[in-house]
Amino acid sequence: MSNVVEVRNLRVDAKSDSGRTVEIIRDVSFDIAEGEIVALIGESGSGKTTIALTLMGYTRPGCRIVGGNVTLTGQEISNLPERKRARKRGTEVSYVPQSAAASFNPAHKIMDQVIEVTKIHRLMPIDEARRKAVELFKALALPEPDTIGDRYPHQVSGGQLQRLSAAMALIGDPKLVIFDEPTTALDVTTQIEVLRAFKSVMKKGAIAGVYVSHDLAVVAQIADRIIVLRNGEIQEVGRTQDILQRPQHPYTRELLEAFEPAPHARVADRRDEPEMPLLAVKDIVAGYGKVDEGGNPSVKVINKVSFELHRGKNLGIIGESGCGKSTLARVIAGILPAAQGEVLLEGKPLDRDLRKRSRNDLRALQIVFQSADTALNPAKSIADILARPLTFYHGMSGQRREARIDQLLDMVHLPRSLRHRRPTELSGGQKQRINLARALAADAKLILCDEITSALDTVVAAAILELLKELQRELSLSYLFISHDLSTVKAICDEVAVMYAGEKIEQLSPDIMGSEAGHPYSRLLFSSVPKLDTGWLDSLEQDPRVLQAYSRR
Amino acid sequence: MTTSLSLSNTQKARPRRFGYRISVVGAVSFLIIAAWALVAVFAPYIAPHPVGDIVDFDFFGPMSAQFPLGTDYLGRDMLSRILLGARYTVGISLAAVCLACFCGVTLGMAAAVIGGWFDRVLSRMLDALTSIPSKILALVIVAAVGTSIPILIVTLAVIYTPGCYRFARALAVNINTMDYVTVARARGEGLGYLIRSEILPGIIGPVLADFGLRFVFIVLLLSSMSFLGLGVQPPFADWGALVKENIGGLSFAAPAVVFPSIAIATLTISVNLLIDNLPQKIRDRSEQ
Repeated sequence: MSNVVEVRNLRVDAKSDSGRTVEIIRDVSFDIAEGEIVALIGESGSGKTTIALTLMGYTRPGCRIVGGNVTLTGQEISNLPERKRARKRGTEVSYVPQSAAASFNPAHKIMDQVIEVTKIHRLMPIDEARRKAVELFKALALPEPDTIGDRYPHQVSGGQLQRLSAAMALIGDPKLVIFDEPTTALDVTTQIEVLRAFKSVMKKGAIAGVYVSHDLAVVAQIADRIIVLRNGEIQEVGRTQDILQRPQHPYTRELLEAFEPAPHARVADRRDEPEMPLLAVKDIVAGYGKVDEGGNPSVKVINKVSFELHRGKNLGIIGESGCGKSTLARVIAGILPAAQGEVLLEGKPLDRDLRKRSRNDLRALQIVFQSADTALNPAKSIADILARPLTFYHGMSGQRREARIDQLLDMVHLPRSLRHRRPTELSGGQKQRINLARALAADAKLILCDEITSALDTVVAAAILELLKELQRELSLSYLFISHDLSTVKAICDEVAVMYAGEKIEQLSPDIMGSEAGHPYSRLLFSSVPKLDTGWLDSLEQDPRVLQAYSRR
Repeated sequence: MTTSLSLSNTQKARPRRFGYRISVVGAVSFLIIAAWALVAVFAPYIAPHPVGDIVDFDFFGPMSAQFPLGTDYLGRDMLSRILLGARYTVGISLAAVCLACFCGVTLGMAAAVIGGWFDRVLSRMLDALTSIPSKILALVIVAAVGTSIPILIVTLAVIYTPGCYRFARALAVNINTMDYVTVARARGEGLGYLIRSEILPGIIGPVLADFGLRFVFIVLLLSSMSFLGLGVQPPFADWGALVKENIGGLSFAAPAVVFPSIAIATLTISVNLLIDNLPQKIRDRSEQ
């Protein structure tokens, strides 16, 4: 069997802001055989996408291939002129991006965009291209394959759009398809369909693939071989089975360990007398738009949600995107005033609107957001960011404040020298630690964590979870932990509430998740989480009726 | 322009961590503006002749050793008049643009942060103001209230505030959706802190660019108002008025009409180029 791709001693450099060159890829070599799917796995910044893009002869602006060569179907692509490379793209190699929503033009119908490749390369007449596209839609298990092409991108769901972008990549009969984290932005139940569709299409056409991902469990389902990358160097290459079961390199082991964070050790209830819950939420109704006389907003996002959270305990809230979990956090924080219901902090009702809450109530309840990039003001130094809550809530200044900032940085295990840096100069994990430190600066009793580990690499996320646990032990904090990722919730929470379409479906202990969850939706959700097992996807059976009932697609 | 002409200090062997990248164009523009500012301050000391005195028997005189930029339609020294005109052009425009940008940007940020009816009412009011042609509005105000330097400044500021407002509001609305603004709001911060400390740093770059552009517009509007006789009153004159007085000399190719025009051009173009080529701070995160 000949190789579709041969990469030899590839080196890619980038120029930094001040004109210094940085080595991004150092001496990487690998092959991809015909019909083989190879996964590139690693944390962000490991160069996995850069390598994948070089297979198309493309480097991002500022980057340059400085050494080695990339051979695609027997022809070296790294030193071809741009015109000849362009001819190969779409016909020999094609690309499925992470965000299909961002890569479809909202102004054109889907069909026109899918067959555009055949027009550019003059591969076939339009009618034939359309017929072929419909074939692909069928192969990718898209609903209404004959007419879905007449819709606009906003008229289909995220999972469907991702499959449509795969159809776009496949229409030119490429020898190699590059998948760049195609399921990262999808919900777990949707991810299963998309993975299944990708897998069957690739197998049927015997197309070689490169699957870029940070998620080992997803990769385990689809890849034949795995290449583990770190800092632009290959750490380990091996068959999927071998990597999962007999990892050789310590870094691979670290990745595998981070996949299953240590379960949360629950503190036994020391006091039996019924204690005042730290946070109680009663029959919250919230949404957007005008609120009518009955107290119902025109777009209802949260419907009659209630729960209690005791001091020193953690409550997880899980659900798929759009289920209202983040809105719930905003309602509790008062950023979005509820239309009905009440929020009690230590038995004392909080005003629905944060502007009417006392400074002390605001201090006790802090919120940490998912995206560390947008949660820190890029124009301010770390010290300024941490100083503000100290001044604002505690009236600190001068030496005392500086000392407290150092203390906070120590608490989140960051070097004190970071205080003069700007947020853009920190890594994702460091930024999230600063976010936590800012919440700690307020001396909060309860921290609302809104998907705080979702944007981080597994290893980094596991470290953040460890930090959360440690802080909880030292400061007797409570967390309301919102996430779509069941394993992180399992790692930190005492109780888990499952939400679907704005309603709380059930509340259960994380120990029994997956096994005997009462509600069919919970069972569906728990069974959809990919496992580190190559046969998991093929052996997974889900009740199609439940799937139908709980898919708002 | 920045990249091709930039005088980057990056080739130096010693890596500088927090250096500034200064472009040649920006530096030259800055020097021109600084020179005009100095002229505006020290004009009475460096002007060779009194500004209102008729010093030459000839009118529209050519350039000579005695009158380096020739003489005007009454035989007054052009160099002195341009030097003193700088005071009016630079001073009035700068004051007006500062006033307009301060009001416009503050209101724009406040509207974005407060939202709701405050935003709606303010936006519609300022939209209404925008709909009146600027020159006509200026003519009406000055004709009604009379002309004096404070009134000129206020008039020009009023005319250019809605544009600043629109611009700042559009930028601030984007920043306002950022999580860090939400965090500050959830902390319980007031309006003043939000707009000064969270929003302003995020929009300052484009706002400065807008400031430069608006300065140029104000110089041109002031010049055209003076040209219409509503600006600075004789015997003093800003550059626009100088062009107007001497427009009769155009057919003689008199330096009296050419040089005020060149003065306007150098100032406005320099301001634009400076704003486009401000020094950039180099912050390289991986360099330790």
